[in-house]
Amino acid sequence: MKIVVLVKQVPDSGAERNLRADDNSVDRASANNVINEMDEYAIEEALRLQEAHGGEVTVLTMGPDRATESIRKALSMGPDGAVHVLDDALPGTDYLGTSRVLAAAIGTLSPDLVICGAEATDARGQVMAHMLAERLGFAALTGARKLTVEGAQLTVERQTEEGYEVVTAATPAVVSVWDTINEPRYPSFKGIMAAKKKPVDTKSLADLGVSADQVGWGGSATTVLSHSKRPARSAGVKVTDSGEGGVALVDYLSSEKFV
Amino acid sequence: MSSVARLLPTPEAHDLLELTSELADKELAPNADDYEARGEFPRELIRTLGRSGLLGLPYSAEYGGAEQPYEVYLQVLEILAGRWVGIAEAVSVHTLACYPLAHHGSTEQRERWLPDLIGGELLGAYCLSEPAGGSDAANLTTRAVREGDDYVVTGTKAWITHAGVADFYNVFCRTGGPGPKGISCLLAPADTPGLNPQAREKTMGLRASPVAQVALDGAVVPAGRLIGAEGEGFRIAMGALDSGRLGIAACAVGLAQGALDYATGYAKERVQFGRPIIEMQGLGFMLADAATEIAAARALMLHAARLRDAGLAYSTEAAKAKLFATDMAMKVCTDMVQVLGGAGYVADHPVERYFREAKVLQIVEGTNQIQRMVIARSL
Ligand SMILES: Cc1cc2nc3c(=O)[nH]c(=O)nc-3n(C[C@H](O)[C@H](O)[C@H](O)COP(=O)(O)OP(=O)(O)OC[C@H]3O[C@@H](n4cnc5c(N)ncnc54)[C@H](O)[C@@H]3O)c2cc1C
Ligand SMILES: Cc1cc2nc3c(=O)[nH]c(=O)nc-3n(C[C@H](O)[C@H](O)[C@H](O)COP(=O)(O)OP(=O)(O)OC[C@H]3O[C@@H](n4cnc5c(N)ncnc54)[C@H](O)[C@@H]3O)c2cc1C
Repeated sequence: MKIVVLVKQVPDSGAERNLRADDNSVDRASANNVINEMDEYAIEEALRLQEAHGGEVTVLTMGPDRATESIRKALSMGPDGAVHVLDDALPGTDYLGTSRVLAAAIGTLSPDLVICGAEATDARGQVMAHMLAERLGFAALTGARKLTVEGAQLTVERQTEEGYEVVTAATPAVVSVWDTINEPRYPSFKGIMAAKKKPVDTKSLADLGVSADQVGWGGSATTVLSHSKRPARSAGVKVTDSGEGGVALVDYLSSEKFV
Repeated sequence: MSSVARLLPTPEAHDLLELTSELADKELAPNADDYEARGEFPRELIRTLGRSGLLGLPYSAEYGGAEQPYEVYLQVLEILAGRWVGIAEAVSVHTLACYPLAHHGSTEQRERWLPDLIGGELLGAYCLSEPAGGSDAANLTTRAVREGDDYVVTGTKAWITHAGVADFYNVFCRTGGPGPKGISCLLAPADTPGLNPQAREKTMGLRASPVAQVALDGAVVPAGRLIGAEGEGFRIAMGALDSGRLGIAACAVGLAQGALDYATGYAKERVQFGRPIIEMQGLGFMLADAATEIAAARALMLHAARLRDAGLAYSTEAAKAKLFATDMAMKVCTDMVQVLGGAGYVADHPVERYFREAKVLQIVEGTNQIQRMVIARSL
């Protein structure tokens, strides 16, 4: 089975993150950039499938030069190689443009399966898997908490707010995963050493047959016009218990639709 | 422990320490208090370290080890100890337990067992001490008698770390006459008939780490599991301990650093007399002395390690490093309790545990009196 795993480098969600004042884009230069957390689960799932069914796992990243660090980190977990789409025209590309570029790159790899995280912690769009499936003509199995493969048949438990749905499809498919699907491994020291020697194929837009005016600020269908800081937390509601405290709490919870 | 400036020999050492820090922060730090309070051995967690390659760091790549110099291996231990000294000690004891086979086993023995021992899934124990004597190991009394293709071993080993959870035991026993030349080393698997770990000791600290006697009730060990020749056991044990002592020094440096880091954070927040207490000179100087003594112990430990890595004699320097680092850790952990005042005396803060844990490092792998004896003899 040939698997492509999408890996995005994002600012560490555990640290302070900002949008840039000039173009409203995510400030990546000053951030501590890491692998999007959910993508580690995607990598783990791909490696488990490879261990069970054989085949090849390729990491695919679109990102600036420094995304190399995240690619090496991803490779240290075990994938065989990576493709890095790197082009000066890419900054500013929105979801649609990104899906165009990634779909073109996936096309050159002809995988049976594309696995990605259900969302990235920087933009939290949850749309990439659907867009890619549409562009590639693959089945979209999104938000998986469990994936089973039997031959070309894929079965996914799709996590919903109330429970899960069972969805099936045949390969080729795009599967996006939540962090409930597995427990990602740590890299091993040997894996880190081996990752330094694994092939990373750098591709430009020209290599993929995507023209520069379809990406970047100019080629994007959406634009972020402005942004502002999240307002400071307002003081909470204080319930003084004079015998009716429990009732007041339940009233509050139900007014906020928690219960 | 990001504040520690380190000179590392290779880029791969840098990567290894980064991986270690990630494991220490994500796996050790959040679990240490719980496991220590419950006295539960974190077997799975140690397997996680093993799968990342941390249970075979100094050993040959030919057998699956990471072939790292001691200089680097010790800094890995130090980082682990900064988060949970019990885990660092477990890695150190395991590494010690692999030493006899790795350095004195025949090629055939090494090919057969070493990849598994250092591969990350197994855990080792090292049985030298006995109830009647830990310091005077040359007079140990556990006896092994050759019967056909086996040794039949009878006696009691005491204070054995990993007793009951280990997969293999190095058993030092008497095959010949009295004194050091009558001692041999057997590598016994945990399922050896007659090898019986006893009830766990109730220890002052390192409560997650099981320590117990191991009774050898006519234990039958195949003669093919004799490591080195008959009579070489004491030399093997002492060689292993020279290296093991450096591991204990690393545990001490890491533990003290962890205590200092915690107490410093506290002293910056805690206000008395209208100021953070770190701004009181009496307290700031206590922290400054601790930072200095830790740095000195680290430098001494790394000096001994670099001598070892260069193939030079390092035994006396290892003794100095173990002595200085563990006495330092005891003093620093005592002072860090003091920095927290009443809060340092209760289990809500980890310095109370660090203080109890520091003590054992002055005792294991040769008490600090024995280290002084070794050093004095070299003068
Ligand atoms: C938590 C823990 C884990 C341990 N793990 C292991 C293990 O995995 N394997 C193992 O083999 N052992 C282990 N030990 C045993 C440890 O190595 C011994 O406790 C240590 O060597 C001291 O031996 P002893 O306890 O018999 O003390 P003793 O030898 O009885 O010493 C008592 C005191 O006398 C002093 N003393 C002895 N001889 C001299 C001398 N010549 N000059 C001056 N002072 C002297 C000692 O320094 C000490 O202060 C462990 C011990 C503990 C507490
Ligand atoms: C088991 C136990 C029983 C106790 N029983 C009682 C009791 O029965 N009744 C009672 O009232 N209290 C009791 N205490 C509290 C005890 O008296 C205090 O813990 C002690 O006075 C220290 O105060 P603190 O813990 O607030 O530490 P802090 O005052 O916060 O001190 C923290 C550190 O800062 C240092 N420090 C503070 N100010 C300065 C300065 N100006 N210059 C230099 N260093 C400074 C301190 O020496 C200490 O090292 C008890 C404490 C314990 C642990």
